[in-house]
Amino acid sequence: MTVSQTSFGSHEPVLDVKNLTVKYIGDTRSTTAVDNVSFSIGAGEVFGLAGESGCGKSTIANSIMRLLKDPADIAAGSISFGGKDVLAMSQDELRRFRWQDVAMVFQSAMNSLNPVLTIGEQMADIFTTHAGYSRKESLRRAAQLLELVRIDPARLKSYPHQLSGGMRQRAVIAMAVALKPSLLILDEPTTALDVVVQQEIMAQIKDLQRELGFSVLFITHDMSLMVELSHRMAVMYGGRIVETAKAHDIYTAPGHPYTQALMGAFPPLTGPRIPLTGLPEGVKFHNIPDLAEVAPGHFVAPFDADAEAAVLEGAAQ
Amino acid sequence: MSHAVHSPARPDVSTQTPALEVRGLGKTFHIGALFSSQAVRALHRVDLTIGRGEIVALVGESGSGKSTLARCVARLEKPSEGAILLDGVDVLKRDRFQASRKFRSQLQMVFQDPFGSLNPAHRIEHFLRRSLAIHGKGGTGQGSEEQTRQRLEELMTTVGLQADMLNSYPHELSGGQRQRVAIARALAVEPQVILADEPTSMLDVSVRIGVLNLMRKLRDEQGISMLYITHDLASARYLADRTAVMFAGEIVEEGESLDLLAHPAHPYTQLLVSAVPDPTRAGSYDPVHRATLRQAVMASTTCAFENDPDQRCSAEEPVRHQVGDPLNRHWVRCHLYRPGAGAGGHALATEPSTTVQ
Repeated sequence: MTVSQTSFGSHEPVLDVKNLTVKYIGDTRSTTAVDNVSFSIGAGEVFGLAGESGCGKSTIANSIMRLLKDPADIAAGSISFGGKDVLAMSQDELRRFRWQDVAMVFQSAMNSLNPVLTIGEQMADIFTTHAGYSRKESLRRAAQLLELVRIDPARLKSYPHQLSGGMRQRAVIAMAVALKPSLLILDEPTTALDVVVQQEIMAQIKDLQRELGFSVLFITHDMSLMVELSHRMAVMYGGRIVETAKAHDIYTAPGHPYTQALMGAFPPLTGPRIPLTGLPEGVKFHNIPDLAEVAPGHFVAPFDADAEAAVLEGAAQ
Repeated sequence: MSHAVHSPARPDVSTQTPALEVRGLGKTFHIGALFSSQAVRALHRVDLTIGRGEIVALVGESGSGKSTLARCVARLEKPSEGAILLDGVDVLKRDRFQASRKFRSQLQMVFQDPFGSLNPAHRIEHFLRRSLAIHGKGGTGQGSEEQTRQRLEELMTTVGLQADMLNSYPHELSGGQRQRVAIARALAVEPQVILADEPTSMLDVSVRIGVLNLMRKLRDEQGISMLYITHDLASARYLADRTAVMFAGEIVEEGESLDLLAHPAHPYTQLLVSAVPDPTRAGSYDPVHRATLRQAVMASTTCAFENDPDQRCSAEEPVRHQVGDPLNRHWVRCHLYRPGAGAGGHALATEPSTTVQ
């Protein structure tokens, strides 16, 4: 896949998703949630996946973790992680693969902590189960983890409800990187948090990433946040990737009308007040074709002039 | 493309009675057991003025008291102290125990969740028709049905929906369309003021701007004043003429939106602005500076002026210092901006809590 050539770090991609198609099978009709999607993430690279609710970005994350349950079905394609075929893994292999190779932070992860166990017990659990350390050693490592995300290790004795939302989210991120995975999937990690806390957590993830060198698959609908954090990004619409390039290229020169609309949905914090439009109600893209390269490393799905005109017309109103 | 730059129309509020004025509003919630004396001070001495045809944004983080303020103003919550003046009339005195129908016809609310605020068992027509009927705006006597019908269609057109959607049920509509219905329902009453509590935060990103544009259009065309409550600074800047920043139940800074976000004065506002992701100024914020700000805000028990006997920073009465161009009516509640000892208040002036223009 040519896309991987623009990866940061090594040329050997950590994760390679090829022609992935996921369907939700219904009694009478089935929905294609992810339609023939390919992308790859290089070592130490932050790859962003942007799009609105229902565009299939979380389905992709769940397919990589092999977390999809009925009625979802991976109909076609391949996912390879460090050369291993993820779709062919047995349950035993999956147990090792999850958390040790790929860790995931879910959208409302801070609510996924067990309310009746202390933070310390839950963190030590990771080490006793996955790494086989003694209880004492596990607790020592749990304390180190908390320090990593700048939480006082004395908090090991706290219950989740005694921590603020931001602290809980940071604790969950610390747990995710506990076993030094080579890929961290962040599915809207800060959506439920306030902007100041969000900024701190994102800065922390950046620091951790620099320190531990893992790759990140970062899923969000907030384009501004994504452009700030990612090296490369892809924009999804209706289960298809409509555009992929370096984040900065997409920011400065969005090619697809949908990307332009999504960019136009975020008012800037500087400059004059210019009327924006977002995506006009009723504009839909159908049968999105495969990506074509418009500039080195910048791929855009060819689109109808009509659709573009509709978006522009909405902008002129 | 006709990209006219929105110039903030500055309604001359000083000469007119403001549409909505909040004076010294306070709200204390009692917590704990029945006879417990513990209390949370959710609002403290809030002063806020919304001029006619003005959109004021109220920003702040969760728990800062934005929604409590809206609920008090909408009279869903009984304020502990203070006054709410609608059109110059103190509504807390006028209707002492609960909001009157007259009050409701002057002020309407749009809520955050368009999925929860519309009864799924009724068609869209029902919501609008009820608003019209209750407030007697549907016309009376001969041909009233025709008038109502016409008004319903007019309302739908105003909010950018097809008139045939009147027969739809809420579940058939998208989030953006539902929020438009909620706005149409508020409009049916022909209110002077609309309180919008995070009206776009549950919507998909690409339709958010559309709802904001609709709110601006209503202001421009019908002169409705609005209080726009949000945690999104960028959208506040986009929509509102003036922005007020709330922190721990108090308004700490207020001013013309562009000016306030370009030159935030209060440490908390500076912290908020610095935290918003904005690719155009990526990396321009010094993390050390941000850490200092955070320290100043989160551990704000000490103040540079605390032990200074000449200062009354921790005194009870609110202190307001004007910053920047007086035309922007930008003030901040922090003694860091007090007039210098020698420069006896030329550009900067201490303002008492009643607005002096």
